[in-house]
This record gives sequence, C-alpha cells and structure tokens, in this order.
Amino acid sequence: MFETGATGRVGYFLGLITVLVALWLGLSWDYSFKPVIASLGAVSIVLSAVLAFRFDILDREGSPYARLFQLMAYWVWLMVEIFKANWVVIKACLRSTLDINPALVKVKTGCESDLARTVFANSITLTPGTVSVEVEGNKILVHALYEEEAGPGAFDEMDRRAREASDGRGKS
Amino acid sequence: MTEIIEFWNAFRPALGSALLLAGAVLAVIGTVGVLRFPDFYTRLHAASVTDTAAATLAIVGMAFLAPSLAIVVKLAVVWLFLFLTGPTSSHALANAAHTAGLQPMIGRLGEDDGGRE
Repeated sequence: MFETGATGRVGYFLGLITVLVALWLGLSWDYSFKPVIASLGAVSIVLSAVLAFRFDILDREGSPYARLFQLMAYWVWLMVEIFKANWVVIKACLRSTLDINPALVKVKTGCESDLARTVFANSITLTPGTVSVEVEGNKILVHALYEEEAGPGAFDEMDRRAREASDGRGKS
Repeated sequence: MTEIIEFWNAFRPALGSALLLAGAVLAVIGTVGVLRFPDFYTRLHAASVTDTAAATLAIVGMAFLAPSLAIVVKLAVVWLFLFLTGPTSSHALANAAHTAGLQPMIGRLGEDDGGRE
C-alpha cells in the first residue's frame, strides 16, 4: 500500500527538495539571487537532501509531503479542538476552589502506521487536559485532567481523522 | 482602496497589542494552574495552556505588528516548530515520570487534597 520502490523514493526526495527550497526562500527572503548567496543556499539544500538520503530517513515519515493537504485540513480541525479544550483547562485553573477529576485511561487506536500513531498521540498531548503517557502497540495510556473528558469514545473522532489524514481513507 | 489600507495600518498595532496582551494573560493563567494543581501530571495540563493558546495568540499578535511579510513567514515557522516540539517534550516528561513509577492522583480532588492552600 505504501510506495517503497524506486519511484516512491524519488517522490520523497523531490518533496523534501521542494520543501527545503520553500523554507530557504521563506527564511532568507532574498529574491535578488546574488550568485554567492544563492549558490550557498543551493549547496545547503542539496547537502541536506543527500544526507537525509544517506541516513535512510527519506520515507513517508521523513518526507510526508504527499499528504500535506490532508494533514493541513486535519491541523485546522485540531486547532479548533485545542481552543475548545483550552477553555476547559483555563476554567479549571481559575476556579476559586480546586475541582478536578484526574484519571488514567487506556485509549485504543485504529491507527496502523507509525506516522498515524504519532499524529494521534501528539494531538492528544497537544490538546490541553489530556497527555499521552505511554504508547504500547495499539493502546495509548492517557492522563486526563477530567475523567469525563476522556470517557469511552471521547477520542474516536480524533483517531479517525488522524488516521485518514496520515494514511488515507483506505482500510489501513 | 487606499482608505481601507490606511484604516488597516492604523488598526493593526491595536489589534496586535491586544492579541499579545491576551497571550500574556493566558501565560499567567497557565502559571497559576501550574502552582495550584496538586501533582506532576495535572501540572503538565496547566502548562499546556501556555504551550498552545498563549503561544499562538502571542505569535499572531507579533505577526500583526510585523513590519514585513518576511517576519510573518519566520513567525509561522516558529509557530509550526513550537507545535511539533511542544507535545513531544510533554510526552517525554510524562513518559519519564510514568516509567520511573510516579503514581498520578486519581479521582475527584478538592482544595484539601494536596492543593496549595
């Protein structure tokens, strides 16, 4: 299901080059293209890409840009969730009498690939009020500030969206 | 058209300052939570308010105050790296505490259960 052949690696390589060029242009903001500066930029970009190739990290985790749009759409959804969850924790911080209900729960995830699991676990941690403590196989140990926020099914939608964003809508 | 741009340029610093102020207030709220919550794991939750909402508001505020688009791009990159590394370090802390055998406090907690009086 995942590209592993020569064409796949060329795709990852080109994706990495494109992103590095965009990053260099964005950070240097130099469009005069003086020979010295531009050649330094080109050399550093090629060197980074060749090193990534030599380190054998040019795979769908090291260069996940084929799914950039799906991941960005997921990111937008996640930002809304983060701000909703922030509100809960802010109220908990400011309540005059401390009133929290921490719990340690096991969350089962349908994410198969390492990339999807990383996205899901990182999303749980990024959302205030829940922190992923340990990942074992397809179970994630989550510490939550409020037990009712982490009840059964509370992470189902995030799980599904993380899986679809990083692995596609296929079975996987 | 020029009027819209003029209005925008006059309005921008006020909006940027307001967002920066809101970010600072949220950072203070997160700190209050870190001091009030009873144990390590719950304090981690309070710190994540500073990590996400406060950082986002501050960076968006700075983007409104930025003199050129180049700065905005750099701020966007900073924001992206914050959001990628923040949860990783939080997870590393929580995982280290769990591996070392630190037991979290479980169940409903009031002011008497080890919270700061």
